[in-house]
Amino acid sequence: MVPLSYYLVLSGILFACGVTGFLIKRNLITIFMSIELMLNGVNLSFVAFAAHWHALSGQVFVFFVMVVAAAESAVGLAIIIAVFRTRETLNVDQVNLLKL
Amino acid sequence: MRLWLIPILPLLGAAINGLFGRRFSRQLVALVALGFCGAAFAWALWAAAKLSGGSYSETIAPWIRAGAFQVNFSFYLDHLSLVMLLVVTGVGFLIHVYSVGYMWEEGGFYRFFCYLNLFMFFMLTLVLGGNYLLMFIGWEGVGLASYLLIGFWFTRDSAASAGKKAFIVNRVGDFGFLIALFLMIRHFGSLNFDQVFGMASRMNPETAGAGLLTTIGLLLMVGACGKSAQIPLYVWLPDAMEGPTPVSALIHAATMVTAGVYMVARSHAIFERAPMALTVVAVIGTLTALFAATIGVCQTDIKKVLAYSTISQLGYMFLACGVAAFSAGIFHLMTHAFFKGLLFLAAGSVIHSIGGEQDMRKMGGLRKKIPVTFWTMTAATFAIAGFPPFAGFFSKDEILWRAYQVSWAYWLIGVFTAFLTAFYMFRLWFLTFFGEYRGEEPRAHGEHGHGGIHESPRVMLVPLVILAGLSIAGGWVGIPGSLGGGNQFERFVGPVFHAAIPAGGGEHGRETARQEREAEGSEPETNAGTELMFTGISVSAALLGLLLSWWLYCKRTELPGRIARAVDGFYEAVLHKYYVDELYAILFVKPLIDGSSKILWQGIDRGVIDATLDNSADGAREVSDTIRHMQSGNLRSYAGWVAAGAAGVIVYMIWIGVR
Repeated sequence: MVPLSYYLVLSGILFACGVTGFLIKRNLITIFMSIELMLNGVNLSFVAFAAHWHALSGQVFVFFVMVVAAAESAVGLAIIIAVFRTRETLNVDQVNLLKL
Repeated sequence: MRLWLIPILPLLGAAINGLFGRRFSRQLVALVALGFCGAAFAWALWAAAKLSGGSYSETIAPWIRAGAFQVNFSFYLDHLSLVMLLVVTGVGFLIHVYSVGYMWEEGGFYRFFCYLNLFMFFMLTLVLGGNYLLMFIGWEGVGLASYLLIGFWFTRDSAASAGKKAFIVNRVGDFGFLIALFLMIRHFGSLNFDQVFGMASRMNPETAGAGLLTTIGLLLMVGACGKSAQIPLYVWLPDAMEGPTPVSALIHAATMVTAGVYMVARSHAIFERAPMALTVVAVIGTLTALFAATIGVCQTDIKKVLAYSTISQLGYMFLACGVAAFSAGIFHLMTHAFFKGLLFLAAGSVIHSIGGEQDMRKMGGLRKKIPVTFWTMTAATFAIAGFPPFAGFFSKDEILWRAYQVSWAYWLIGVFTAFLTAFYMFRLWFLTFFGEYRGEEPRAHGEHGHGGIHESPRVMLVPLVILAGLSIAGGWVGIPGSLGGGNQFERFVGPVFHAAIPAGGGEHGRETARQEREAEGSEPETNAGTELMFTGISVSAALLGLLLSWWLYCKRTELPGRIARAVDGFYEAVLHKYYVDELYAILFVKPLIDGSSKILWQGIDRGVIDATLDNSADGAREVSDTIRHMQSGNLRSYAGWVAAGAAGVIVYMIWIGVR
């Protein structure tokens, strides 16, 4: 059996990759994917704990996260398309209308 | 007999004139002021007639009650306060009448009479109060009224600052008075006259009580020095002459400045058991009398001469109190109120007649032009110089005689001062009324001008004549035994001062030598011959003063200038009042101003209080200037901060978990 710590380390690496991508990437699509990566990193830790403690609530929680993530990606992608249509770019540094 | 009505009546007058006087005509304002003041005088006369058995006291209502300590609104009348009461209301009423004429052309007519009545209220409270606290209220109140009246022409800078000076110098004295009151509360548990004096007279003067009584006495004397313009606090009185002349007559000659003498006499039970305090009183009085008289010799402003003369005469009164001859002091207080009030009023009449000029060098030859003023002023001048049978002779002689019985030094300085008094008063008299008129023809300008030298209106002359009568005859109530009189005044007021002293001396065997001498002094026949000799000496001193000033200012008018040049340095010093004002400015005023501007303002207010606020505001701006760069508006930098914060929290929790 693979020990819990392996899962957690992998989850942490995934989350860190997501954060790093979110911070350094300029393309909106890539940023969006980084967010998904972070969510999945967290999901992995949830199921790992659920399996370790034999508790179902972690797995149930993962379903909630996935549902919300699906809804969020639908809205997010729609926004990205709307942004691209108006700005002709997906570079976040140029999408700064709200900045003073 | 409703003593409280006497002070309340002038207060009503002040209230009516103060609140509604602006809309009244001048006639109505004068009627209200004179009416209420006259009513107070009438009531005082009635109270005098009803007073039997030496003293009377009444309590209106309790005022302060704290445990066993209680102060009431109570009034007290005995022969001492009766004399004061009649002098204050009587002379006060005459001066009110005079003021109607003097102030008729002035702006603020109603305001003047409102203040004047207010002064009467406080002065009567001071005189009639049955405890020290009520006396203190009156004491402070007359200071206020004095401030308001000195600064009556408040648009004139000198008048405004003279008022301030008087008020501030008086505060120094009041401070001493107040501490004396605290000591009384602490040790006697009461401020009522009868309780305090009762307890003080039961104290043994040679044991622990003596230190306490001496302290209280000295502190009371500090208060009296402020109010009655004695060394070292006399400096405000000459400046107070900035006020209208009737004010100088009423407040700064006849009544308010004598409050200190009254207070010392009232506290005789304390002073008699504190020989050191009495000595201090006598020494201060003597020195002040001499000191002020020498300054008076060189003054050229007619009112300033009278002001220094007032200080000098007050010195005599304190000398009398200091040698435990309280009734002589009060006698001089009374005659002084007559002749000095008259001198000021007559001086006011002179100033009025020549269009507001106060410099005696620009007067002269007014004898023929204003005869009534001249003759009344003559009566007052002879009275203050101490010529028999004028009032001042009897009271001054009494004081000198009693002073001699204590120490010949007091007497010698007193006689020399009497000579100086006669000299500078006749100098004033000769310069003003004799010789040639040296001023310009008065034009219709300034405060009083009507054009031409003219006698004052009748409303001003009547009080002059009445006061002249009193200046001549007022002393006859106290003709000493050596001159064939019975000294009724001494017999009238004396019991007040002897009542508290145990007569036999059985249990209080340690009667001081002074009191023995005093007992001796009240049997005139034993000393009649000596007393007559001393009377002769003081009269010849006055005569010498008269002759000298006649010689210098009538006969050889070029001599005074030559003498002044001969003793140039000394003359300059006297002319500048011995530079006392300058000395006080260096010693007290300048350090105070420097201290408050450099230390308190620049140092503490600017440096500490303001700086704390300014620096904290500056610091907040500096910090936020730095921190606001975090709010860059860049989305990813926010995300970075969030991530860093989350990482920080995690590190912290791991660290806690490891521990």
